[in-house]
Amino acid sequence: MEKFVRLTAVAASLIRANIDTDAIIPSREMKAVAKTGLADGLFADWRYSDVAGRVENPDFVLNKTATRGAQILLSGPNFGCGSSREHAVWALHEYGVRAIIAPSFGAIFQGNCVRNGLLPIVLPEAVVASLAVQDQANSAPAMLTVDLAEQVVVGPDGARHGFAIEPSDRLMLLEGLDAVGLTLQRLAVIRAFEVDHKQARPWLFARPAAHSPGTTR
Amino acid sequence: LGSTLIEKIWRRHEVAVLPDGASLLYIDRVLLHERTGSIALKSLAEAGRVVHAPDQALVCMDHIIDTFPGRTDETLMPGGTAFIRETRASAVAAGIDILDIGDPRQGIVHVASPELGIAQPGVTLVCPDSHTCTQGALGALAWGIGSSDAEHALATQTLVVRKPKMMRVRFEGDLQSGVTAKDMILHLIGRHGAGGGAGHAVEFAGAAVEALSIEARMTLCNMAVEFAAWTGIIAPDAKTVDYLRDKPFAPNTAQWPAALADWEALRSDPDAVFDAELVIDAADIAPTVTWGVSPQHAVAIDGATPDPSQQPDANVRTAMERALVYMGLEAGQALEGLSIDAAFIGSCTNSRLSDLRAAAAVLRGRKVAAGLRAVCVPGSTQVKAAAEAEGLDVIFRDAGFEWREAGCSMCFFAGGEHFAAQQRVVSTTNRNFENRQGPGVRSHLASPATVAASAVAGRIADVRKLQGA
Repeated sequence: MEKFVRLTAVAASLIRANIDTDAIIPSREMKAVAKTGLADGLFADWRYSDVAGRVENPDFVLNKTATRGAQILLSGPNFGCGSSREHAVWALHEYGVRAIIAPSFGAIFQGNCVRNGLLPIVLPEAVVASLAVQDQANSAPAMLTVDLAEQVVVGPDGARHGFAIEPSDRLMLLEGLDAVGLTLQRLAVIRAFEVDHKQARPWLFARPAAHSPGTTR
Repeated sequence: LGSTLIEKIWRRHEVAVLPDGASLLYIDRVLLHERTGSIALKSLAEAGRVVHAPDQALVCMDHIIDTFPGRTDETLMPGGTAFIRETRASAVAAGIDILDIGDPRQGIVHVASPELGIAQPGVTLVCPDSHTCTQGALGALAWGIGSSDAEHALATQTLVVRKPKMMRVRFEGDLQSGVTAKDMILHLIGRHGAGGGAGHAVEFAGAAVEALSIEARMTLCNMAVEFAAWTGIIAPDAKTVDYLRDKPFAPNTAQWPAALADWEALRSDPDAVFDAELVIDAADIAPTVTWGVSPQHAVAIDGATPDPSQQPDANVRTAMERALVYMGLEAGQALEGLSIDAAFIGSCTNSRLSDLRAAAAVLRGRKVAAGLRAVCVPGSTQVKAAAEAEGLDVIFRDAGFEWREAGCSMCFFAGGEHFAAQQRVVSTTNRNFENRQGPGVRSHLASPATVAASAVAGRIADVRKLQGA
């Protein structure tokens, strides 16, 4: 997984509550069993005035000259709610987004971010709003610095906003760790647990004959 | 101090506590579907990793497959055939059983799993699908995950999880006639917001929850994710035990007494500590319908859209205005009587036999309004067969509904079948997001009875008035 340590980049503001993963990557834009080929469909229903023809909506933040290709997103509470589709994170990442700053995130989406090198930062609504105001006030792109090692966001005005993050999530992102690989190192412990679990609750592991719906015991 | 139900299940599955305090939880069941499970299986295989326990995994074909009679791997969704075939090939290679097209066990994963007895009290169950919380209705700790975590669960039979905060939502008292579990959950989200459960696992409790059937409990738990909860759960009781008896995956005769004794302990202790508690008087709940583009945009059937100008918060005001524009509505407009173009009954929220019975009770001897498109998609092949055995299909067809094969169908638009832009649809599904059921489609979420009554009226209708008529 790609590491995330520190980033100074243009921030785009999309301050709306409850932006769902259907909006981030509409289902019809998930065209193949793949984690790639998704950036073009990112925010498709908002980004294009004609989705099929890919005609850009000039009013959408990622179509504006200053914020096109922004690597940081500012948004409202409950960002990434809805469908579990990890394609939302893959689409954002492929587009170039590396950090999202919002008052809260959908739980599954937040986990998916960390699995893919994308940093979800929780800051109070007022702080996000103040960063967004600075962004909108300037015709030149607003540059934010996001420092995961220091756990701080530095605004265009130089104001520093500390943020909290779970230590394991922080480490996962800083080191670009492979979560499955890490857990597989504990396989012996897992197997030992499994033996005891099967002994305590054998019915959990019983299987009916395949393709025998409705069979009684 | 006592423990909550969730804490008890958690402890039973805690393989290790990791240095930062997160738990390595053992996962009893991993369910997958062709939409998001496909990439998990593919990515796992590409990494050269094997599925730890194929017998504890199951693949359901539900999201992309068509629901037309005589369906095959060909679907209206562009590229859909590849999703179906790649999922099947990956599952076969990994040795995982498939509820495939043509299999009498096939269905929407959150309908099929409970009816097969795969979801049981006290199990940990995950699926790369946000509505996995549905299965908490059986007393399972069931939650939705991403595809990467699905890979993790398949490869290691565990997940690294931090224990969420605990919330109890008590629905006390009795529901009014004509009010259902769908109305309960819409009412909760309407009152406390789409972020109301954030950071919490929600245990639903109280007399009105205990009074619900297991299927209705699934409807309630289904939309816990729409409340931003980590999951929803209901303590198992005698109804749960009766429901599970004779299900194919349920404990066998020899195991049954031990399983019953085990499930007996699965309830929150009287002195368990919840980080938050909400109490709702069930009698206050009316048939509820959404007006906007978030499940929190929910009001009683006799209510009206809000007035954004009364909102002090600029972001809230803007969001409301945007929602009204998308929905083609004005501030203060009544929901009841609003003309509709289509009605949809189905999805993991409301497609079980009791849901179809509730709709059929309204539709019996009636016709849907002229020009209205009405579609019913049973949640599983078993539900469909059971409904047909008691003649419900005839009632739906005679009323003017399409009667389909089981699947997720038009709960969401994936490039295939959909309602037309600007069409107003009353739907038993769980998400009224912009463009969810098709570009520009205006979705109003409601119970099966409300959808049926509205289909007959051609307008959003109060089922209590129709039945009284």
